[in-house]
Amino acid sequence: MEFEWIKIPYALLTLFIVLNYGLLMTAVIRKMGARAGRRYGIRFYQNYIDLIKNYSMRSKIMHGYMFYLGPVLRLTGGIGLLLFVPTIFGSEMWSNFSFSGDLILALYFVFFGTLGMALGAGESGHPFAAIGVSRGLSQVTAAELPFAIAVFTVALQYQTLSFTEIVAAQQGGFLNWTLFTNPFAVVAAMIAFLGMMMRSPFDVVLAPQEIPIGPPTEYHSAYLALMQTNRNILPIAKIVVYMNLFFGGAGSWPEFMLKAFLLYLFSALVGVVFPRFRVEQSIRFFLIWGLPVAIIGLLWV
Amino acid sequence: MQNLFNRLKAHFPLGEITEQRENLAFITVERAQLRALLLHMRDIEGYTHLVLLTAVDWIEDGQLQLTYLLNNRAEARDVGLRVLLGRDGTVMDSIHDIWPTAETYQRELREMFGIDFPGSPRVNDDFALEGWVDIPPYRRDFDTLAFSEKNFTHRDGRETRDPRQHMKQKLYPDGGA
Amino acid sequence: MKDETNNDANTKVPMRDELKKRVIKGPDGFEFEVDPLRDYYCEEAPKEHPPIYVKIVEDFFNWARSESLWILGFGTGCGAIEMRPLMTPRFDAYRYGIQWRPTPRQANLLIISGYLSVKTLKRAIRAYEQMQSPKYVMGLGSCTINGGMYFDSYNTIKRLDEYMPVDLYIAGCMPRPEALLKGFEDLKKIIRSGKAEGANHYAEHFERYKENQKKVILDWDMPDYNW
Repeated sequence: MEFEWIKIPYALLTLFIVLNYGLLMTAVIRKMGARAGRRYGIRFYQNYIDLIKNYSMRSKIMHGYMFYLGPVLRLTGGIGLLLFVPTIFGSEMWSNFSFSGDLILALYFVFFGTLGMALGAGESGHPFAAIGVSRGLSQVTAAELPFAIAVFTVALQYQTLSFTEIVAAQQGGFLNWTLFTNPFAVVAAMIAFLGMMMRSPFDVVLAPQEIPIGPPTEYHSAYLALMQTNRNILPIAKIVVYMNLFFGGAGSWPEFMLKAFLLYLFSALVGVVFPRFRVEQSIRFFLIWGLPVAIIGLLWV
Repeated sequence: MQNLFNRLKAHFPLGEITEQRENLAFITVERAQLRALLLHMRDIEGYTHLVLLTAVDWIEDGQLQLTYLLNNRAEARDVGLRVLLGRDGTVMDSIHDIWPTAETYQRELREMFGIDFPGSPRVNDDFALEGWVDIPPYRRDFDTLAFSEKNFTHRDGRETRDPRQHMKQKLYPDGGA
Repeated sequence: MKDETNNDANTKVPMRDELKKRVIKGPDGFEFEVDPLRDYYCEEAPKEHPPIYVKIVEDFFNWARSESLWILGFGTGCGAIEMRPLMTPRFDAYRYGIQWRPTPRQANLLIISGYLSVKTLKRAIRAYEQMQSPKYVMGLGSCTINGGMYFDSYNTIKRLDEYMPVDLYIAGCMPRPEALLKGFEDLKKIIRSGKAEGANHYAEHFERYKENQKKVILDWDMPDYNW
């Protein structure tokens, strides 16, 4: 197939919309959490200010090239995940670079960012960053397992590896969603979703109180700003994947925003209720609860 | 408390007793009797808890006094044993084998008063001061104000007011009663 | 940038054994020389990072820096107890854009809260030098101004700006959280007007600051500049 150059500006526009949506939505969710705690909470545009501040820091300490590449790779993972998955179904303009077989590519990109940052954090030379890296990777790997099996289940169910066709098969009303045609896979994937969002109770790797023993320990100024940019894009990209696979895709931007907000809210609601798990507890959680459900779903199809 | 004193006097030569309250008394002992007396108090009299080990600097008499404050949990009574030592090159036996917590107190005394307890684990480690090269700061011949003026830069314009005079002037500016 | 002042006649406190330069035998019998204070640090002095963009852009950046103050979560003294209420719903510092970060790499405001003993000063200097420019220092309480109620103590410093450049003092013993919030507002005004260049001041007068620091910290076993 020939490459249509018109897709590039549209893809950049999608990226821009998703970035802004992520920045605003994360601020709104934090504000909601704060209001639940009877505080005023941060301002809507606080994420923008933090990003500008970090990008405008005047000095940087570079620990080596891999240290510099760590956040770059992480951001690449986030943007790549977004761009290779069709955001709005049925629209020539917004389907980014998706092609048939992009399901496997999506699975790859979900993990790619974490690996990149693991390498970068290891290079920083901080001993606690190495601890955090091993913890983070083991947790993400354990969370990926039910997700991967659920994805294969869905691929088996619809006999296709292309996002567009999976979404197409879910159109035509509520009940065609994978949520209702294959609930086990969806339950397993939602359990994995909590882990991959990196929020409570699985945020032992990234939470500010745990940072001295986590990968972002040595990251500062522009590096941190890159990682924060990613932190706003990657969850939305993952939500897009989830939406397309399990919840019927989005036919238009408002529908996309609504569904993304609800999915993120689900992880936030779980997050504000539960305290943090330790890494071995969370691995145990994924393997005990996520895996059997996913396998049942696989066998059922 | 007098019963206790009489019982102890039967076994050990003791100095005078100062009874401060019904459940708090201080007994002066000689250095040679201390260890036996501590063991006796702990094992036989039931004063099993070492509350603190502290020192007082009687510079006018040229003595350092160590106070071992023991507590009887069952009867809720405290007895302090006072030992008087000289001020120069003070060395005292360590009691860390009787109560392991004494090790921290002994480390503090060594740093702050200069009383050495040879044999106590880690007694030469820094307790609270790092890089201290002057005389032990809790001794009364250490002038802390002079030290602070000499070693640290102060900011000008500091005033110190007597609180009583200041409040009196503030509340009754015309000097009324 | 020389490290000669370690272990010369000025510092009467000998350096710990594990920090001296020595020859170590590795687990496989290989002998190598190691100098802990130099092996992992380089010898550069701090650089000045003056504002380089156009005035409008710098003003915009200063506004962003003032609205997003990240405090290093290092409670150096008794004033730390006045910082905790700021995280609670009653005073809520988060709506001002203030966050507490655990690592000096990510923080740009160091609050010296209360008295600063010589022991803590050594660690505070280390934390301050690891922060990235532009960075600000705030002195909380009277002890940072003129020694406060510990003016005759043998172990606390009396003037904070002998040892690090201070942008703002908040007087009080301890100031209430409302006073702290007003202090943050004033600090924001100072940052926005472009006058909060403490990091550049530190780099410019580095020798003087270092000499002052070494005068009180007698057991100096760090590199001169802990970046």
